[in-house]
Parts: sequence; C-alpha cells; structure tokens
Amino acid sequence: MLKTFRIGGVHPKENKMSATAPIEVMEHPKRAVVPVSQHLGVPAKALVKKGDFVKTGQMIAKGEAFISANVHSPFTGKVFKVEETLDSTGFRRMAVIIDVEPDQWMEGIDLKTEIKRDIDLSPEEIVKKIHENGIVGMGGATFPTHVKYMVPEGKKVEYLIINGVECEPYLTSDHRLMLEKGEEMMIGIAILMKGLKVNKCIIGVENNKPDAIALLKDIALKYQGITVEPLKVQYPQGGEKQLIDAVLRRQVPAGKLPLDVGCVVNNVGTCFAVYEAVQKNKPLIERIVTVTGKPVKKPSNFLVRIGTPVDMLLSKAEADVEASGKIINGGPMMGKALVTTDVPVTKGTSGILLMEIAESNRKEEQNCIRCSKCTTVCPQGLEPHLLKVLGKRMDAEACEVERIMDCIECGSCVYTCPAQIPLLDYIRIGKAKTGAMIRNRSRK
Amino acid sequence: MSLLVVSGSPHVHGDLTTKKIMWGVVYAMIPALLVSFYFFGMGAVKVVLVSVVASLFFEWVITKYLLKQKPQITDGSALITGILLAFNVPSNLPVWIIIVGALVAIGIGKMSFGGLGKNPFNPALVGRVFLLISFPVQMTSWPTPIPMFKAPMLDAITGPTPLGVVKEGLRNGESMESVMSQVPDYVNLLLGYNAGSLGEVSALALLLGGLYMLFRKIITWHVPMSYMATVLIFSGILWLVDPNAYVNPLFHLVTGGMMLGIFYMATDMVTSPMTPVGQIIFGVGVGLLTIIIRVWAAYPEGVSFAILIMNAAVPLLNKIKPKRFGEVVKA
Repeated sequence: MLKTFRIGGVHPKENKMSATAPIEVMEHPKRAVVPVSQHLGVPAKALVKKGDFVKTGQMIAKGEAFISANVHSPFTGKVFKVEETLDSTGFRRMAVIIDVEPDQWMEGIDLKTEIKRDIDLSPEEIVKKIHENGIVGMGGATFPTHVKYMVPEGKKVEYLIINGVECEPYLTSDHRLMLEKGEEMMIGIAILMKGLKVNKCIIGVENNKPDAIALLKDIALKYQGITVEPLKVQYPQGGEKQLIDAVLRRQVPAGKLPLDVGCVVNNVGTCFAVYEAVQKNKPLIERIVTVTGKPVKKPSNFLVRIGTPVDMLLSKAEADVEASGKIINGGPMMGKALVTTDVPVTKGTSGILLMEIAESNRKEEQNCIRCSKCTTVCPQGLEPHLLKVLGKRMDAEACEVERIMDCIECGSCVYTCPAQIPLLDYIRIGKAKTGAMIRNRSRK
Repeated sequence: MSLLVVSGSPHVHGDLTTKKIMWGVVYAMIPALLVSFYFFGMGAVKVVLVSVVASLFFEWVITKYLLKQKPQITDGSALITGILLAFNVPSNLPVWIIIVGALVAIGIGKMSFGGLGKNPFNPALVGRVFLLISFPVQMTSWPTPIPMFKAPMLDAITGPTPLGVVKEGLRNGESMESVMSQVPDYVNLLLGYNAGSLGEVSALALLLGGLYMLFRKIITWHVPMSYMATVLIFSGILWLVDPNAYVNPLFHLVTGGMMLGIFYMATDMVTSPMTPVGQIIFGVGVGLLTIIIRVWAAYPEGVSFAILIMNAAVPLLNKIKPKRFGEVVKA
C-alpha cells in the first residue's frame, strides 16, 4: 500500500500534457521586468537606479529584513527604470526594468557544466550562501529558504523532507527537473542535510512519475540517509503539512511549523537552486516554467530567466491566446488567474496554464444540499460549508472557533461541491477578517 | 486579445453535480418501482404518476409564484419526493388524497423552509405522516398483492401488513407460533409478495438500489449500517430475552418500511448530520426509536416517526466536529 496523507483529499484529472517535453532554454527578451518582491515577506530594497549598468548575477535588491530575500539581475544591461509595475500575482510592485544586452556574468560565478560533487563549506557557510544568493521556496510559496535553516534554540530537527510531489494537475516543471537535473538536485539535498545537520532525508514523489522515482532511487544509492518514498496520487499532497503526514505519519498541530515535529520541508526546485548557489556560486536568476493547457499547441517546459515576460513563453509554446478564456499563474487548483499576460516570470512561477473559453467560467451556484462532501475532502478536517456561511457573515469570532485559520486554501471543497458553491471565496473573506482580529489582539 | 476571466482558485471542478446525485437516487429506486408495478398493477402506476406530477407541479408553482425564483424542477429532488411519497402509501389511495399528500410534502415539508437543502424534515415523510394521521382508514387499507401485473385498479381485496398481523395477534394474546404462521415466509417478504405500502414490500429490490447508491458513493455507509445494526442488535436482545413475546430481528429488518427507511429516507443528505460521528449517532437513534415504536407504541410501524424525530435532532448532532488535522495521536 502506497502512503498518503490521512484526512480528506481529492483526485482531480492529472492532465500532465507536458510531462514528456524536455526542458528548453528560453531566449532572452529585449526588456526584462524584475520585481524586488518575488518572495513571501518584506520586499527587498532596490540597490540600482535608472541608467545604472548591471551584470548578470549582480545583486540589484537587498533583502534586509529577517524574512526577505535578495534579488539578482538575471541579465546584463542598462537599467531603464525602477518603478511600480503589475506582477503575476496581480499586485503593483516595485520592479527594476532592464534593457537587455548580451550576457556579461559577475565574477566568481562558475559557468562550467560539469557537476561539482564535493561539499567543502561548513553548515554556517552553506546557510550564508543560500541567503546571499536569494534562494526562496520554488514550489510556489516563495518562502525565503535561509530562514528555515536558522533553527531556533531548543528545536531539534530530525528529517529533511523533500517535496517532489507536484500534486497540481497540468504542472510538470518539478517532474522534468527531477528527470534532467536529478544528480545536481541530489547534491543540493546533501548540502541542505549538511546545513541542517541531519542525517535523514525523505523525498516524496507521487506515483504518477514512475520514471522520476526510479531515477532518484538509483541516484540516492550513492548517498547516505536519503530515501525516495513513492506516494499515492492525492491532492493536496504537496502541502507541507500533508506531505509530512504522508511520509512520516506526523501531523503538525494547528498554528505550528514543521519544525515542531522535527522536520524541514523543501521543494525539489529549491534543492537544485541550492546546488547552483552553493557549488557554483550562482544566484537564483532562472527557473523552470511549464506552459500548458488545451489551447497550447506545444505544451512545454522552459528554463526561463526571471523577468522574462509571460507573453514570450506563450508564443514559444504556440499558445492560442484568442481561444483562451483564462490564463493562470500556477496550477488549476491554487494558481492565480492573470489579468494580463504582460507580466514577468518570477521566482515563484511554476507554470502558466491556459484554459479554453468554455471551461473558464464558473457554473451557476445552487443551493447547498448539505451533502457534507466538502467536509469529507477537507485535508485539514474543517467544515467548509460552515466556514462559508460564517465568512459570508464576516463573523470573525465564530470563524476563529471553527478554525478558519487552519484552512490551507487548497480548493478541494470547491472542486468537489455538487452545488458549484465558491466556498473558498467566502472562506478567504473570513480568513482576512479573522486574521486582522487576531493581529489586533496581539498588538494590545 | 479578448478579456480574460479572473476568479479565485480553484479553476477546475470535479464532475459531480446536484442533478447527478438526485438522478442517481432515482435510478436506485427503479427496482422497487418495478416490483410495485408487478404486484399492485395499474393502481401502483396511477399512485406514482399522480404523486410525481403533483410534487413537480407544486414545486414549480410555489417557486415561481410564491418565492418568485427560477423553478429548478429538473434537478430531480421533487421527483424523488414524489416517488418516495408514492412508495409510502397504499396502491389504492384515492387520487385527491395523494395530491393533498404531495402538497403537504412539497409545500410544507420543503418549500416553506426555502426549498432544496433548507428543510429540516424529510419532505416525503412529512407528507406521509400527515396523511397517516388525517386519513387513517385510507392509509391503512393495503391491497393484497397479485403478481404478474394482474392487480385490479379498483375494489382490490385489502388486508393488514405483516407487521400489523403480528402486532394485533400478540395484543390479542395469540402465541408467537400462531402469529408467525399467518404472515408470508421470508422469500415472499424479500421479493415483495406481501401487503404494504407500494414501494416498501420488497426488501430485496430496496437493498439492491441501496447497494447501488453505496457503490456510486451517493450515500455513505454510516447511516444505513448504524441504523441496520441497531435494529438487529436491539430487537435481537429482546428476542433472546423472550422469543415468545418479541419477533425475531430478521423479521423486523425485512418488513414494513425498514429497508426503504434505511437506504432512502434516513440517508437523505439534507436532513441527516454532516459528520461521520453525527451520522452514526443519528442511525443508532433512528434504529432504537423504530423498534421502540414497533414493539411498545400504538402503531405497528415506526420508521417514519423515528426518522422525523431524529431529523429534529440533526442541528444538535451537527455540533459534533470532524477530526481536525493535527489532533490525531502521533505515530
């Protein structure tokens, strides 16, 4: 019996159309837009101004706060402007706009293609490298990675858990990375284990990627303490709490962190970025992006420099934008719908999904028939039908009692609801209200 | 470029709809429906047609002219109420009484609370119990079944149900042996060759539909299994204590509205609890009440009353919370 998490879950149609498309290197744009806030936490502070010349890999914004991340220039060229622009999450954010010229790399970045296996640095130096090179969680949440490795006094870490689940339908960027950069990724894992001072690591991969599981198992033989765990396909297994439950049978209590059950969780993409940062001194300036969906003629996986406009990816994948009603940054379950495709790829862009016009609009909402399917599928053990009512009423006290803040917004309830009720819309309103109430309380 | 749709995630939906669930229930009722036609002939066809048409009509009229909303009669829920109401009445019930029953079921049982999903009580049972109390004579004169679609439409010979025979016999001081010799054997009880409301006679046909709904995941095991287990255990204990005073548990299970109640009435999503633990308590409660009414109360049958009483307890049972993530004992 394959392992999976123990509460709730759904199994949407996988639609991994781009699973067999090898990673292709994306051409450089003429002009790149690099937001200074591509991570969770405080925006980084821009270090360059209009007219400055920047080299590829040069730091252009510094993350000064504890939870923040540095941003490096993905291109060489002249800074055209530093101004607020729309980013892929729908917010207007400060961005450095660069007129792209041919690459001139910063000194000290190792561009040789051979794999560097020996890990020379000490744990402290490893964390420092991760911090300097602006590494954030590549699964989509973009939490600054170095913060996870500054383990507070008194907490003991036993396991490093690596997330190769990729439970979102359509997306294949992690899958392709595991297949094509497995060796480097595994070295990245070994580096993280050293940085964390742990000797046990579990890589969770869903069983719909048997080729990746076989390859990683093979590579892992050469490493001490790394095991590959095939998991039953079940959404949202890529949620870190669900993943820890699946591989270790440990449940992170409400409001606590994976650290509280002795775990740190990182995505496979992050491991590759860590390899490049620590072994090659290369900052995080590119990532793999899946471009997929029914209106896309050539579903693809691209290696894209940060700041490249989404438009360029769409034309390279021969996407029929006219036939699309909705374009999503991320997967169909948790991704954000884009207002325009004139936005740049950022550190958290795992995929661009196009949906046909017919499937873009929601169906008409009907009466709740109290079937309780939303409760059955909720991976956090909540009652979405109840939270929806309380959220709509904006009753923050009641929402808190019903544990609305435990909601991970995975969308399983909406996916399942036979009455097509957009439960999560109302739950988000409730969460916002309740979160504000809790913050006000602690301020007093 | 045309304008893009922007809405909150998720952007895909599973293919489950209210309509699919409701029609699944309708399909599950087909075996019992066919059995009723087989044993009660045109009488059963007439009752079902009248009940269904009246239910759909009242739902349409009330939604359109009283609630002033768009009628949704194709969703299948009024159709289910219509069929279930017909299942719960004798096949020789006068047309006007059926229409009154449908009006009470849909009008008072369902629409007065705001329509689909908002009613606290099972609408078909509200209609049935109203008729039972208002028209006790017509509601308890059951035509004897005549197989092969040969049952006459009018002037059928009527007789008591097996449960009625037992209750009456035991009350008059007859021995269990003599009482049981007056009722059909188990094969006939399973197949439906006995007097009763038109849809409840065949335990086997109802079980078949129930299993179909379980297989299609339209219902979960919690309510039917806890209900059935409670009936068997509770009546089993009584039977073991005094087999001459109490009928055996299997007899309880295959007679009256038991199977209809277990799989089609108690499992109604709208009027049963929302969490597994609540559903199990609900099932146990219905089971206990059914047997208490059957054994000690004035009525020979207690399924309808038991379910309606437990329907009233659902808001309380919904206070029981599901198992939250992070509260499980660590391995």
